[in-house]
Parts: sequence; C-alpha cells; structure tokens
Amino acid sequence: MINIKNISFTYPASNHIKERPVLTGINFSIKDGEFVSMLGRSGCGKTTLANILAGYLVVHTGKILINNVEAKKPGKNRIVVNQENDLFPWMTVWENMKLVNNNERDINKYLKLVGLEDYKQYFPNHLSGGMKKRLSLARALVVNPDFLILDEPFDSLDYRMREMLHIELDRIFSSTKKTTLLVTHDIDEAIFLSDRIIILGGTPTSIVGQFNIDFPHPRKSGIRNTKKFIQYRNRIRSSYGYKY
Amino acid sequence: MKKVLLIILLIAIYQVVNSLFPNNYLPSIFQIFEAFLKNLSDREIYLHITASLLRISIGFLIASIAGISFGLILAYDQRLRDLKLYIELLRPIPPIAWIPIAIIIFGLGNASAYFIVFLGAFFPIFTNTYFGAMSIPHIYKNVVSSFEVSKFKYFFKILLFFSLPYIFTGLKTGIGMAWMSVIAAELIGAQSGLGYFIQLNRLLLQTDNIIIGMILIGIIGNLLQKLIEFVGEKIIVWN
Repeated sequence: MINIKNISFTYPASNHIKERPVLTGINFSIKDGEFVSMLGRSGCGKTTLANILAGYLVVHTGKILINNVEAKKPGKNRIVVNQENDLFPWMTVWENMKLVNNNERDINKYLKLVGLEDYKQYFPNHLSGGMKKRLSLARALVVNPDFLILDEPFDSLDYRMREMLHIELDRIFSSTKKTTLLVTHDIDEAIFLSDRIIILGGTPTSIVGQFNIDFPHPRKSGIRNTKKFIQYRNRIRSSYGYKY
Repeated sequence: MKKVLLIILLIAIYQVVNSLFPNNYLPSIFQIFEAFLKNLSDREIYLHITASLLRISIGFLIASIAGISFGLILAYDQRLRDLKLYIELLRPIPPIAWIPIAIIIFGLGNASAYFIVFLGAFFPIFTNTYFGAMSIPHIYKNVVSSFEVSKFKYFFKILLFFSLPYIFTGLKTGIGMAWMSVIAAELIGAQSGLGYFIQLNRLLLQTDNIIIGMILIGIIGNLLQKLIEFVGEKIIVWN
C-alpha cells in the first residue's frame, strides 16, 4: 500500500526568478497491485511529483509511506522508468540488468517477459526506441520494487509504437500485479492502462478529480473504440476544465 | 589518395621555393631524399627513434595513469575538488619552462625527459577526464541511487565508462603534447633521441639531416595520435 500524504512543493527563488509553488496538498493512496495514472497537462508538475515520489527531490511538507514505512532516500523499493533513455549505453542488455541484480534466473525471466531474451548481447544503441523502454521496464521489475513509477515513458515514441507498448505493458502488469503509478498527459494511454485515474489541475497543482476505470485486464486494443472508453475520455476532458 | 597528392604538392612547393631562392643552408629535395636513404640504412637513426619512443612511453604512461585517476577521483569526490586549484596554477606553465629545473633536480638524462613528458601529457589528460566525468547526466545518478548501486560499481562501471570518450580525447591531445615535450627535452638535455639528433646535426651543419629529423618527428607524432584513435575505437565499441 502506497500512501502519499499532504505533499506540497515549492521551487526556491534563484537569481532573478521568484520562488514558484508547484504542488499543494497532494493526498492519495494506491492499493497493492493497483495501476493508477496521474493525468495532467504538460508543465503542471507531474515530473516534479514523480521525482518527489522517487526520492530525488526532498519535500518540506508531507510524506510518502510504502507499506506504512516512510520513504525518504531513493531506493530499490520504488523504481522510476524515465521519460528519457536512462540505460547505460556502454553496457549490453545483459550487463544493464546484471548491474542491478546478480540473479541470472531473474534476469532471464524478465528479459523473456519483455521479449528481449534474444538481445542479451546487444548494446542499447542497437535497439529500437520501444525495445529500450521494454529494457528499462525489465530492469525496474528485476529488483522487485514495491512500487513502480512510470514517468511519461512512451513520450518519445511514435503513435503506433505507443499503442503496441500499451498492450504489452498491460499484459506484463496483468501477470506481475505490480503496484504502479503512471505519470502522463495522454488521456487514452491513462484510460487504456489504469484501474484508476487521478487528475491534476490548478495553480499550484492539486488533485481535481479521480475516476475508476472499469475494464478487465488484460485489455485489447479494440476497447479504445467502445462507447464506454469514449465516455471516460469525455468525462476526463471536461474535468480538465477546458475544451478540446 | 588526396593526402598523397597534398604531400606531393608540399614537396613541390619546397623545391620551387628552394630553386627560386638558392642558398647554402637549405638542401634541395633531392639532397634530402639522398640523405634519407642513407639514414635508413644506418642503425643510428633507429636508436634515436627508439630512445625518443621509450621516453615518451614511460612519461606518457605515468601521465595517463595519474591524469585519469586524479580526473575521476576529483570529479567523484566533492570534498577533494579544491585540490584542482594546484592543477589550475601549474597548468599554464609550458613543459619547456620546466626543463631547467628538471635538469637541476634529475640531471641530464632520461629522468628529466620522463618528467617533462609527464608534464606535457598530464594536463590535457586530467582536464578532459575531469570535465568529462563532471558532465555525467543527472539521470544516471538517479538510476544509481534508485537501484542502490555500490560506490565501487558506480566508479568503475559507470563514471569511468561514461568518461572514456573524453579520456581518449585527452589521451590524443596528451600524446601530441608529450611528443613535443620529449623532443624539446632532448634538444637541451639528452645524449640520444630525435631531438638530440637534430641538435647534433645543427652543430655539424648537416641541414639535410635536421630536416629528416623534423620529418620523422612529424610522421611519428602523427602515428602516435592515430594509435590512440585506433585503441579508442577498439575500446569504445558501443557507439
């Protein structure tokens, strides 16, 4: 169980820039095995929140509890899959995995899960964008974190690749049941993958709405065209408070 | 092919200038060629080349180990970073300016030459390594802290490998500086080596040999840089 309690964050003043409050009063929890998306417009502070949850940024108010234990420093109990490519280019697929976990059976298991078992000796630069993301995901899963944070992981990929990875990701999470928070600005992505969606809005950013998504896992691409999916999309859009 | 043509052009320009302004000092291209063939069949020139290469090898090896180690350690440990001040103060002093003090401390001989080569190579190697290691992206540091990667692994598997392209840039510049330094040191304080060969032939007024010495310095210096490039390409395979 992940509990985020009353998190607020302000970027301090520097040079000629005034201090900037970004997040205020963020409270939510994620049940074990639940896939939650945090949806918000670009620049609203989503990545700041992801960095706080990962322990990269220190907050002065609020706290993060993972299984009732306060999490402060970054650690293996919560792993971020970043928007940027965070693989080490001088290490092969195998070495990137081996750096974080020495158990070869686990490495093989997760490489197989993401479909990279035949690419162990490849360098990341020789993989496609989608394969790199799958490797980042396998590396995150191989340390068996309590909590996985996906910070706009598909942002740099084209639409077709994203759709394919959504299906793969849903399959992987249906089998691993890993507690996950996806940070995204893509409404369809959030609906397709999540059990629940938290909407961020306002200045400074706070939670302005929540939606449960009632589709069974694993999900198929076709659900995007269903009436229910379109209804979810419209409800979320209207909760943003602006027209598309 | 283009390079060969450019070299032929350079030789032609030399010969034209030499013909237009005849003098007793500079030999014609034919005289140089003749002297070159004579030297090739003489054991002495190889001994001078070997002596210079040995000096640069030892001095450059020590400079590489020291430059890479200090560069990485100072980038890794913030507490030691103030030591960079010493390096910043010493760096502007050209290696040639150290020759008198090197001869006083180490005497005429190899030790002085090693020291001068070390000074020539150390600063570019250190500077490139240090600034390379300092530019490691924050995202890698985040990955390291999240996955609780040990300090040992961070230093040797991440920081060192990330810095390798920068290190090789430093080594390439460093070997050029080292080669220039060893020749300068031999011009003044040695009894062998290509620098000494040039100096000796100056006293004997053998200008053809002086020019051959200069050509050899240019060729060998270039080959040494190519060697570093080649080793770098073999090691940095992931790009």
